[in-house]
Amino acid sequence: METAAATASSWFDGDRAPLLGWLILLSMLVLASIAAARRGKKFPIRRIAGLVAVEEAVGRATEMGRPILFVPGVQDVDQMMTIAGLTVLSRVGKIAAEYDAQIEVPTARSLVMTAARETMQASYMSAGRSDSYNPDLVYYVTDEQFGYAAYVTGLMVRKKPATCFYMGQFFAESLIFAETGNAIGAIQIAGTAESSQLPFFVAACDYTLIGEEFFAASAYLSGEPDQLGSLRGQDLGKSAIGLLMIVVVFVATAAAVTGVSGLTDAAEWLRKLVGG
Amino acid sequence: MTRQIALIITFVSGFAMVASAFFKPVEHWGEDVAEWFNVLAAIAFVLGAANLAKVHLEKISSRSPGWGYSGLTIFFFTFTFAVGLMKLGVHPMDKFPAVAMSGEKDAEGSAFWWMYAFVMSPLTSTMFALLAFFVASAAFRAFRAKNVEAALLLGTAFIVLLGRTFAGVVLTGWLPESLSFLRLENLASLILEVFNSAGNRAIIIGIALGVAAQSLKIMLGLDRSYLGASN
Amino acid sequence: MSLLERLDIIDRRWIFLLMALAVSIPIIVSGMTGKTFPESATPTTQTAFDTIESLPAGSKVLLAFDFDPASAGELQPMAIAFTRHVASRDFDMYFATLWAPAPPLIIETIKSVIVAGHPHMVYGVDYVNLGFQAGNESVLKVISTDFKQSFTVDARGTPVTSIPMMADIKSTEDFDLIINLSAGYPGCKEWVQYIVSPTLSGDHGTELKLVAGVTGVQAPQMVPYWPRQLKGMLAAIKGAAEYEALVNASLMEANPGLIISPVFNEAQRRMAPQLFGHLLMVSLIILGNVIHFSRKRAGGTAVKALRSTP
Repeated sequence: METAAATASSWFDGDRAPLLGWLILLSMLVLASIAAARRGKKFPIRRIAGLVAVEEAVGRATEMGRPILFVPGVQDVDQMMTIAGLTVLSRVGKIAAEYDAQIEVPTARSLVMTAARETMQASYMSAGRSDSYNPDLVYYVTDEQFGYAAYVTGLMVRKKPATCFYMGQFFAESLIFAETGNAIGAIQIAGTAESSQLPFFVAACDYTLIGEEFFAASAYLSGEPDQLGSLRGQDLGKSAIGLLMIVVVFVATAAAVTGVSGLTDAAEWLRKLVGG
Repeated sequence: MTRQIALIITFVSGFAMVASAFFKPVEHWGEDVAEWFNVLAAIAFVLGAANLAKVHLEKISSRSPGWGYSGLTIFFFTFTFAVGLMKLGVHPMDKFPAVAMSGEKDAEGSAFWWMYAFVMSPLTSTMFALLAFFVASAAFRAFRAKNVEAALLLGTAFIVLLGRTFAGVVLTGWLPESLSFLRLENLASLILEVFNSAGNRAIIIGIALGVAAQSLKIMLGLDRSYLGASN
Repeated sequence: MSLLERLDIIDRRWIFLLMALAVSIPIIVSGMTGKTFPESATPTTQTAFDTIESLPAGSKVLLAFDFDPASAGELQPMAIAFTRHVASRDFDMYFATLWAPAPPLIIETIKSVIVAGHPHMVYGVDYVNLGFQAGNESVLKVISTDFKQSFTVDARGTPVTSIPMMADIKSTEDFDLIINLSAGYPGCKEWVQYIVSPTLSGDHGTELKLVAGVTGVQAPQMVPYWPRQLKGMLAAIKGAAEYEALVNASLMEANPGLIISPVFNEAQRRMAPQLFGHLLMVSLIILGNVIHFSRKRAGGTAVKALRSTP
């Protein structure tokens, strides 16, 4: 028996077992919800003002005859926020193609440029406007954070885009972008899960997708059953974790107040269960 | 076909990363995948440099507005590249005094070091410092008590702004010890450590779940928009 | 057009000018007089100081400089204060970074603190500069199990296997304390996730101690990790000033008559421009609200220049 346990511990990290359990549970919830959505179950999604405004913002740029600026953050494609930004770009690109609006995408990473070009090309194709797609409008600037910020703000002042999207991972340059965009009178829609930069975007942009809303953008914009199903699975996972947290807090508080050993053991067991 | 290959690579890499987190015999898989990415990103630098040159040379040749800036970009790009590659002004290492290029390219006194210390350093610091001005103008324009939530936010901002400076001590330092928790510096700490912590933890949990669900969608090929494909 | 209406649409460059004056005048005055405000430590700073004080003699401390010249205004005074404190306790110091622009900042710190203030310390025996290693969090994953796999040579190109003080270092768990100065990604959050958190549960034996110095924008994001994963945290220039004051007081207590160089008061000197900058912002916010309410009372619509997130 001991040998079997030793063998198991030599190939499996037992400390992380609760985490694996949560991962499997979340995956099951997401997959089950997707399956339900495919069977025709409807999942309502709340109105996200920032995403409702996307079409209006692109339309405004078309009416004014000015370009749209899309900034996919300052990190590489190995960051989930960059991927989420490119997902939004695919929708924005499609709407821009339909309206025949010019969209410019300066990037801070070479691989993001390559991925953004693929995304834009597909968007123009799906809008039936492949001939209008110009790969030169998706280009690389520099990896240097403030060098990139200087370029983008310079571009904003010179070209005065009517609409600016900031979708991805941002750091100190967020407020520089948003304030410059405000100064040129652009409609600004931002989305990031970088919580330290959210206050700046909220203060200076017209609309901001906060954290989860940003990751929900692709589901919201596409309205596809798979996407909506995954969103519901994610919400179910969040509810389960929230519920467990309330139980843990209650038990731990009761254990601390009463000092009953059974409660203390239960609190410790629950703490391990949540991966603590 | 190309997209199918990309999806397979995504699934395999994602699975390797997940497996490496839990199973000891394959824990190096995660590092291997990260290293592949680093190699790819390094190669992509060439792609980036070529694109940078193309975009700016086109601007110069077509004399499009701002082409002068493009000229400066090309000049300094080439200059910096040459300085680093040729190790201009580098002092030889102690071990190899006869080999002029044996020293580090960014060692003190080298041309690259000069560019770092006297060009890059002040320029990036200047860009960062711009935040002080932008924060002030954003605060003037957007920080208004339009409703109860905004008023609460405003009150919190006042406490933190004053509590994080000597103004807090001047304004509330006279409060007796029994009421010291009301001193602005203590209130600012309380806001940071209690209210902010609680809110931030909620945001962190929500974001973590969002990242996990998004990763799962991408791994399983349910979200392919980043590849330029419809779902 | 009334005065308030004119102020409402004021050219933002006037605000920029006011901010420039609010910051530059105190810098000049404090530079000329050398006077600083007294600082009392907040709990996050005090615990950072106490953690270093509680380490036993001969402790090994890894100092990770994850910042660049842009954020050096906030973080370099912290780096100097941390290094002074650690050097004054005669701990072994290991300098490293995951940020490409940081190595010159490490060299600057070593020069101003160790070379100038502790000339008896020997490179490779008392301190070592391991320089920059590319790869972000993948480096952290590697060094958590095999330090020398990532850092094979020091900043001078010497193999770490021939550096005496590296002999006992197999992984990050061999350090008694890690000090991280963080300006973003990769930074404090990654050190917590990949290096500290795995040692907090299971059969890892001792918990790895991490103390951080972070920029003002990062502080709200990192404070939830204090005091479990982070044993102490300096938040922005205010945290740096508090810590600097603690270190200076401790050194003066140990060496009566010690004269503190202005370089080692840098963070405290920066609190004067911070005070006036904050006062200006408070005044601007009040003015903005006076305009807002006067418009509201007059039955006017929302201020034209105002843009806000719904």
